[in-house]
Amino acid sequence: MSSRQNPEPMTIEEGCKLIDAAVTKLTRIIEGKPEPPFASHEYIGNYTIVYNMCIQKPPYDLSGQLYEKYGAIFQDYDKDTILPSIMEKHDEYMLRELSRWSDINKIMVRWLSHFFYYLDRYYIARSGNSSLTVVGMTCFRDHVYEKVHFNVKQVVIALIHKEREGQQIDRALLKNVLDLFVQNGMGNMERYEKDFEDFFLTETNSYYSRKASRWIQEDSCPEYMIKAEESLKKEKERVSHYLHSDTEPKLLKNVQTNLLVLVAKQLLEKENSGCSALLRDDKTDDLSRMYRLYHEIPEGLEPVAVAFRLHVTAEGNSLIKQAEDAATSGIVEEQVLVRKIIDLHDKYMAYVTDCFQNHTLFHKALKEAFEIFCNKKVAGSSSAEMLATFCDNLFKKAANDKSNDDSTIESTIDNVVKLLDYISDKDLFAEFYRKKLARRLLFGRFSDDHERSILTKLKGQFGGQFTSKMEGMVTDMQLGKDQQTGFEEYFKNTNTGKPKGVDFTVTVLTTGFWPSYKTSDLNLPLEMVNCIESFKAHYEIKTKHRRLMWIYSLGNCNLTGRFDAKPIELIVSTYQAAVLCAFNNTERLTYQELIDQLNLGHEDLVRVLHSLSCAKYKFLKKEPASKTISKTDSFEFNSKFTDKMRRIKVPLPPVDDRKKVVEDVDKDRRYAIDASLVRIMKSRKVLPHQQLVSECVEQLSRMFKPDIKMIKKRIEDLISRDYLERDTENPSTFKYVA
Amino acid sequence: MPRTASKPTKKRSKPYTVTSSDTDPVPSASSKTKKSSKENDEKYKLFNKYANTSSGVIDPEGIEKLCSKLKVSHTDIKILMLAWKMKAERQGYFTKAEWRRALKALKVDTIKKLKKALPELEKEVRKPLNFADFYAYAFRYCLTDERQNCIDIGTICQLLDMVLGSTFRDQVDHFVDYLKIQNDYKVITMDQWMGFYRFCNEISFPDMTNYSLELAWPLILDNFFEWMREKQA
Repeated sequence: MSSRQNPEPMTIEEGCKLIDAAVTKLTRIIEGKPEPPFASHEYIGNYTIVYNMCIQKPPYDLSGQLYEKYGAIFQDYDKDTILPSIMEKHDEYMLRELSRWSDINKIMVRWLSHFFYYLDRYYIARSGNSSLTVVGMTCFRDHVYEKVHFNVKQVVIALIHKEREGQQIDRALLKNVLDLFVQNGMGNMERYEKDFEDFFLTETNSYYSRKASRWIQEDSCPEYMIKAEESLKKEKERVSHYLHSDTEPKLLKNVQTNLLVLVAKQLLEKENSGCSALLRDDKTDDLSRMYRLYHEIPEGLEPVAVAFRLHVTAEGNSLIKQAEDAATSGIVEEQVLVRKIIDLHDKYMAYVTDCFQNHTLFHKALKEAFEIFCNKKVAGSSSAEMLATFCDNLFKKAANDKSNDDSTIESTIDNVVKLLDYISDKDLFAEFYRKKLARRLLFGRFSDDHERSILTKLKGQFGGQFTSKMEGMVTDMQLGKDQQTGFEEYFKNTNTGKPKGVDFTVTVLTTGFWPSYKTSDLNLPLEMVNCIESFKAHYEIKTKHRRLMWIYSLGNCNLTGRFDAKPIELIVSTYQAAVLCAFNNTERLTYQELIDQLNLGHEDLVRVLHSLSCAKYKFLKKEPASKTISKTDSFEFNSKFTDKMRRIKVPLPPVDDRKKVVEDVDKDRRYAIDASLVRIMKSRKVLPHQQLVSECVEQLSRMFKPDIKMIKKRIEDLISRDYLERDTENPSTFKYVA
Repeated sequence: MPRTASKPTKKRSKPYTVTSSDTDPVPSASSKTKKSSKENDEKYKLFNKYANTSSGVIDPEGIEKLCSKLKVSHTDIKILMLAWKMKAERQGYFTKAEWRRALKALKVDTIKKLKKALPELEKEVRKPLNFADFYAYAFRYCLTDERQNCIDIGTICQLLDMVLGSTFRDQVDHFVDYLKIQNDYKVITMDQWMGFYRFCNEISFPDMTNYSLELAWPLILDNFFEWMREKQA
């Protein structure tokens, strides 16, 4: 390049002429018109023109004017060439034009930036003006984009609608066009958002709103969900194909709101196909889909969980009602009911773990549902009692029927422990269970393994205090066996007072572990008295300072009845045995004589006599032979009795102690509430009423749900016993009295 | 469940402090002025008119005589107020010290003056600060036994009528009706007694719109509230 020697400074007019020529050539090239490309000397020449004009000495330093010229080039080009071309076209063609001209513009910016490069380096740097690239692009934005974007947007949205309706469209074109929107934001997404995205989302909103209204009417829940899932998938694809990634979350939220959130209630509650029906009919796929769809939405799972809970509650309630209806004469079939509830639990827990991915919301819903119906009474029996009876029957059967598979017993035990969690009166269950456990243990109908297994599981779930007494009982039985061996050893060695021909077993129970039983001053037959005395002697040797309290009501006895036809072995309770043995000495006894001789209470004697003379086996003849016992009856040994069996078991029906159990538990609850209140007040010293009540309820909730009125009563009792007092200034606050 | 150890019976602390203060002058052996001893003499003379000579205190008979002299019924609240002023410990009996205490405070030494002082006394007692104390006193006064801390329903009904009948007629009538027909409680404790007073003062009646079962009202008032609501339905 040779610099001119002292040339005449070029004026702006002269320069512009040259530049214009170059520009014309350039535009022809980039517009694809036949035009030879720039030769390298032309290229350099163009650069030089600008360079020279810039370095000329003032007043001929034309940088500023050149800068403006640069801007003007673009302006003119945009206004005169680009814009009209685009405006001529419509629809897709307009988009293509826009895309084409945008590319052209970019090339032009690049080329001209090269020509005017010197400006960029010095003038712009010094003056702080926008760079050449920015000027070029801004021009395009202001003179082209601004004028066409509205229409372009309309076209784009129309195309998207077409695609939504299933037609093919030119995705690449849309991508280019939308990229344009982004680019014209000049660094931020405002243009894209304001000029396109907002409209797009509004359109999407009404589109899916319409679809939702139609589908919800026409389709079943599973069908609808499939369509919803499909729609979401398609929209996601749409983003990857031509929308900006920023749009994705807004778009999906839009679709979800319309298709899933606004219609949630209608969808889930659809008759015959909604959540309830799906649960009922084991439609795991559909339920999984439901979970997937609603999981994406914040708080979207809540209506599903509610529907789940309502359904489970309804199912449970209907089981309860069935049992209530089937309970003839007030006796409820708890075996059936508890089994059904266990099955219900397994079924719906499976849904929670599989379809609902173990989500806490659904665990909670299941729990709440079960807590509602598991605490209902059926024919007067509380659920606590029913569950205890269920266990009783389970273990009694298992002890007899060794063929029962241990693992099924174990899994049933697990289920029982789970169910117990839902029952609020856990202490009531413990009491019933303890009573029945006592009978099982004492009448030999238990398996040590099973008993220990359930106690371990209960302990694990509810704490040691819950099971301590019951564990003590089972241990007593274990110790009892050892003790019995010791007792028998005693006789072998000492040979004193061994009762003639009577095998005698004693089980020593630790008071406190076992339920309390009434003692009675039953007059035993002589043979039994000897047994008792000899055991007493033995026990006194072994342990001092312990008092034995004999509970004859729990004992049982094997007698041989010497009937005329054949002797039959009778397995009866001690009371029954005592009555029967009374007839060893006399043929006939009146009721009154029996009372006097045996010293039994009337209630007990009536029960016993009924079982021996009015029930299935009539060992005694009753006069008069009516169905009930009256105090004027007399009895005789029925020597004519016989049966095909050689051994007969005559169970004495246990007295219904449900009322007593409930009373005992109520009493214990009162103590528990007292203790809890004192404990709380002792540590807090001063506490307002409501907080005291709620803390007390919280503390006791593991065992039972305390009645608020009962708590209030206990508080008042504690006040009158000077444990607590009301604050004089604030009577709804209590103070601990040290 | 192990029972909590029963607390040793304690001397009942009075939950409501006595606001009507008048300290008894400590009789100092030496500096008794002639004037005060003369005044005391008058009071003692009056005392002896009504006292039982053998027991040395005014007994129920004496109180009846006193009442007829004062021309008030012995179930009139003013006598109870007088007892309060005396800080009398035992229902139906006034000791010498108690008698002197009241008469000194009222600045009277004859029956005539005492009679005149009664309306003033009533006004004083009815001041809100004093009335709460008087109300609590009324309960304690009816306790017949050192170890007793509650009063039977029948007596309570009469006491309520006497003490609150003039100011809270409506509440007393309804509550008394309720007490007579309910079976949960056969006696009333001090806490319940004071609770009713607060009830009368704080709860609008008979609508009871500002009452709530969630609050710390004694259970008997909760039951009363529910009973009233049932009746109103």
